[in-house]
Amino acid sequence: MDPKKTFLSWPVVRQVRSGDFLGRGPAVTSAHTRELTPRTATADKVVQSVCPYCAVGCGQRVFVKDGRVVQIEGDPDSPVSRGRLCPKGSASEQLVNNPGRQRKALYRRPGGTDWESIELSTAVEMVAQRFVESRRRTWQDHDEHGRPLRRTMGIASLGGATLDNEENYLIKKLFTAAGAIQIENQARI
Amino acid sequence: MQDLSNADCIVIQGSNMAECHPVAYQWVTEARLKGARVIHVDPRFTRTSATADKHIPIRAGSDVVLLGALIKYILDNELYFKEYVVAYTNAATIVSEKFQDTEDLDGLFSGYDDEKGSYSQETWAYASNDGADDETPGTIGGPAAGHEHGHTKSERAAGDEHGSGGPALEHAKVLRDETLQDPNSVFQILKKHYARYTPEMVADTCGIGVDDFEYLARSVTENSGRERTTAFVYAVGWTQHTLGAQFIRTAAIVQLLLGNMGRPGGGIMALRGHASIQGSTDIPTLYNILPGYLAMPVAGLHDTWDDYLGAIGNKEQKGFWANADTYAVSLLKAWWGKAATAENDWCFDYLPRLSGAHGTYQTTMAMLDDQVEGYFLLGQNPAVGSAHGRMQRQAMSHLKWLVVRDFNMIESATFWKDGPEIASGELKTEDIGTEVFFLPAAAHTEKSGSFTQTQRMLQWHHQAVEPPGDCQSELQFFYELGRRVRELLADSTDERDRPLLDLTWDYPTDEHGEPDAEAVLAEVNGRHLTGDKAGEPLSSYTEMKADGSTDGGCWIYTGVYADGVNHAAARKPGREQDLTALDWGWAWPANRRILYNRASADPEGNPWSERKRYVWWDAEAGKWTGHDVPDFVPDKAPSYRPEPGTGGPAGLAGDDPFVMQADGKGWLFAPKGMLDGPLPTHYEPQESPVSNPLYAQQSNPARKVFPRKDNLWSPSGDAPGADVYPYVFTTYRLTEHHTAGGMSRWLPYLSELQPEFFCEVSPELAAERGLENGGWATIVSARAAIEARVMVTERMTPLVVRGRTIHQIGLPYHWGVGSNAIVSGDAANDLLGVALDPNVQIQESKAGSCDIVPGRRPAGDELLRLVAEYQSRAGSTVMTSNELRTGHPESTPDTRGG
Ligand code: SF4
Ligand code: SF4
Repeated sequence: MDPKKTFLSWPVVRQVRSGDFLGRGPAVTSAHTRELTPRTATADKVVQSVCPYCAVGCGQRVFVKDGRVVQIEGDPDSPVSRGRLCPKGSASEQLVNNPGRQRKALYRRPGGTDWESIELSTAVEMVAQRFVESRRRTWQDHDEHGRPLRRTMGIASLGGATLDNEENYLIKKLFTAAGAIQIENQARI
Repeated sequence: MQDLSNADCIVIQGSNMAECHPVAYQWVTEARLKGARVIHVDPRFTRTSATADKHIPIRAGSDVVLLGALIKYILDNELYFKEYVVAYTNAATIVSEKFQDTEDLDGLFSGYDDEKGSYSQETWAYASNDGADDETPGTIGGPAAGHEHGHTKSERAAGDEHGSGGPALEHAKVLRDETLQDPNSVFQILKKHYARYTPEMVADTCGIGVDDFEYLARSVTENSGRERTTAFVYAVGWTQHTLGAQFIRTAAIVQLLLGNMGRPGGGIMALRGHASIQGSTDIPTLYNILPGYLAMPVAGLHDTWDDYLGAIGNKEQKGFWANADTYAVSLLKAWWGKAATAENDWCFDYLPRLSGAHGTYQTTMAMLDDQVEGYFLLGQNPAVGSAHGRMQRQAMSHLKWLVVRDFNMIESATFWKDGPEIASGELKTEDIGTEVFFLPAAAHTEKSGSFTQTQRMLQWHHQAVEPPGDCQSELQFFYELGRRVRELLADSTDERDRPLLDLTWDYPTDEHGEPDAEAVLAEVNGRHLTGDKAGEPLSSYTEMKADGSTDGGCWIYTGVYADGVNHAAARKPGREQDLTALDWGWAWPANRRILYNRASADPEGNPWSERKRYVWWDAEAGKWTGHDVPDFVPDKAPSYRPEPGTGGPAGLAGDDPFVMQADGKGWLFAPKGMLDGPLPTHYEPQESPVSNPLYAQQSNPARKVFPRKDNLWSPSGDAPGADVYPYVFTTYRLTEHHTAGGMSRWLPYLSELQPEFFCEVSPELAAERGLENGGWATIVSARAAIEARVMVTERMTPLVVRGRTIHQIGLPYHWGVGSNAIVSGDAANDLLGVALDPNVQIQESKAGSCDIVPGRRPAGDELLRLVAEYQSRAGSTVMTSNELRTGHPESTPDTRGG
């Protein structure tokens, strides 16, 4: 018999001794658990954030250690969510850290059968060139009655409902100035 | 959101709130703990039904009949809130004698144009004491504010412009009969319009028994009035229909009649599905509006600045839209800075013009016609998430270039190698000439910025860490793209490049090149440009000027950066504030949490009751006060009466609470603004196993259809072939996934919680079709066939409609076919076709026709043959179900869909 296991370590006795009558607290905590520290306690900083999924807008606390998100929890300060998160909000640490997340720019050439890697700045420059060329090729100055159109129907975009207001603002501003009008997002869907 | 806990009764319809907005649902629970009654009306018994007092199953798409019957019940039994209705709504207003109701024209209103397949709204106008066409001084409107046909309005989805207020009216000299007895009064028109919306009609159309209707009607009316309030809650179960906007209008009529608008625990709560979907409507990434719901100019309507100004808001018009010129000039100043001058009409000519509907579905069809070369997908996955997934993927294969910016390798980024059309042999990887750029995106923890949540509240999220690898925020990507495009065009002398070169495009960046999001927010908020306050942020949109002395990128957001403080980042803990919590985040407009809250006080300015006290007139101090920011001119006394002919906010009386409406009233009858009728009317979905029991007109005559071979429909009602697709399907969301799965099917936790696509069927349907719980089923629509695991459950109730059993099938739409996600499966949205609501151009995805058979679907060519075999058995042609006016084929537009 394990010498450390005495009468006093019998579960029921343990429960009574520690006042943990329901057996869900210290009476059933293993030595291993006792030595664990929650990631939230060792974080370098906690940043207030907002859940990126649905439009309830639950408050989040993002725990950061060594420049990495280590945990995301509900923010009890939020008058809307009062600290709660649903499964999506609770899983958002995985949204940030999941190993399947793409971290590199990729390129598929016309007719290509697979992705190729590409430098980010090369990709952005190629997109800028295509933007300018497509705009030039598909430009419409006037309609058939001579009324101004000043636009391109050759460039379109979809997305925005998961983006920040500031991002949508720059998108709308740039596309409108470029004459690209087919800008849409989930709000139409 | 928190205000729901003040309700005495909550009707959740067109939403599975407990499942899809679970954390907001705590406020419903809270209300229920305080004794409120919660009723869930939905085709399916869901997590919401399980926690409600009652679940009432309904046939998908029949909501207007149920709510219309509620209106009739309220009117017949005189249960409306009389004082509120007379003072605050247009019930007493007299409508033009030229108006004809759907009761007169068997399902059409006056003004329908067969050729255009849409309405002219002229005959729906208010009557005027000197003739309806009056345009003498002192009336509202000039030539420019005159009548625009519903056809062009629909094409520019003009309904979206009312995201922050009602449309302009022709004249303000309305006639009123406060006894409500005049046969042309809105009140009497309403009575007549809904006369046949009886409980028996509800039973025959919705499949809801008379007892259940009675329960709903009593619950709602007994919990409304001075002392009590009822709230309605909806989501896309109401919007995604060919008359979606009218579903919401019906609820608005109910709530106005019962006096539940602008009051605590009242209103209509729209539950939106994405972190900033409200924000992306306010600052729109949408084709038809500019920031703050200003219209995008349309060729032929707004060719000149004066045309445009006259159309967006006239100085003689009452209410805050009369100042639309100040909002528009400030926007143009924000975008084109010094280049925008009075002489060049503030660069109005720099704005591109619309010439039709350019929504996401029209754009998809334009891609199929090779008219679109380049496409950006910014956190959106249309291959799975948009209606008619097949059409989406086919369309993308026509692009020259595609930029996908996302966290994960979504199906829209890989359709060219592992999409269903590659598997079926319809497309070949080597033949797809689309160049694809995948550019990884930064997460919310890796950038700062604001989301606007469902109740118009902006909340700032602070950057916590740097984005990994090549991941970038959209802010940085678009700033950079704009810089490079401008560099490429720097030497251009072409006049068309001026708008890009003159654009204000200079934001401070950090050492990683990330623009300062707060600097962008400051531009959105607006600034004084001249005088001693030059450079200082505006504190309210009422400070905006039309003379170029202010700028501001989105007038409704003005105030979020007042005094140079980022109010979206306000974080006073909720427990240290009252329920309204004005010091957490910032809600537009002016940090107001409940719109039109002047209506929470009686015409004299006193609370309707102690129990429902919210905003009231403090006579001693001479101002409005209360728990919220009053939605009224702060010192306008309840007794104030404007001089006749006064425009702008000053034109509204001290007891006109609906300050964004041109007459200050809540509209029971919409003389303008709704393109498919001034009153909601029941029409069947585009595809329906049932004939319209109320009118000869089957479906919304103003809906947008696209008769084309790749967009066929099941025959409807009694038409031959309708029995080939005998069942109704409806799509929905689960707690554990998000939309098309781009943010959930790559997460191990969420994938494990909901690993596989399934269909919900009743035990009766399972028996009828030989479906086995846990087994496979193939679901076939007139567009596609998909397979799903079968879940046989009593949560699905077969409904009896006029003696016939209608089975409904529930389909969560989160899965897609690809090879990169942790979990994948067939996409429910592949079953859908494209038919749209005319007001806002949103597709009907909540009701469609299908068949279901046991077993897995075939693959390859055989799959295509299966779909074709069904189509031919049903006799579906491009004309099927596409007749806009029933019995009048000439009302169907050509195959481009108009
Ligand atoms: S499984 Fe998730 S939702 Fe259920 S009790 Fe545990 S933590 Fe809560
Ligand atoms: S935690 Fe859930 S309910 Fe809250 S915002 Fe996120 S997705 Fe919505």
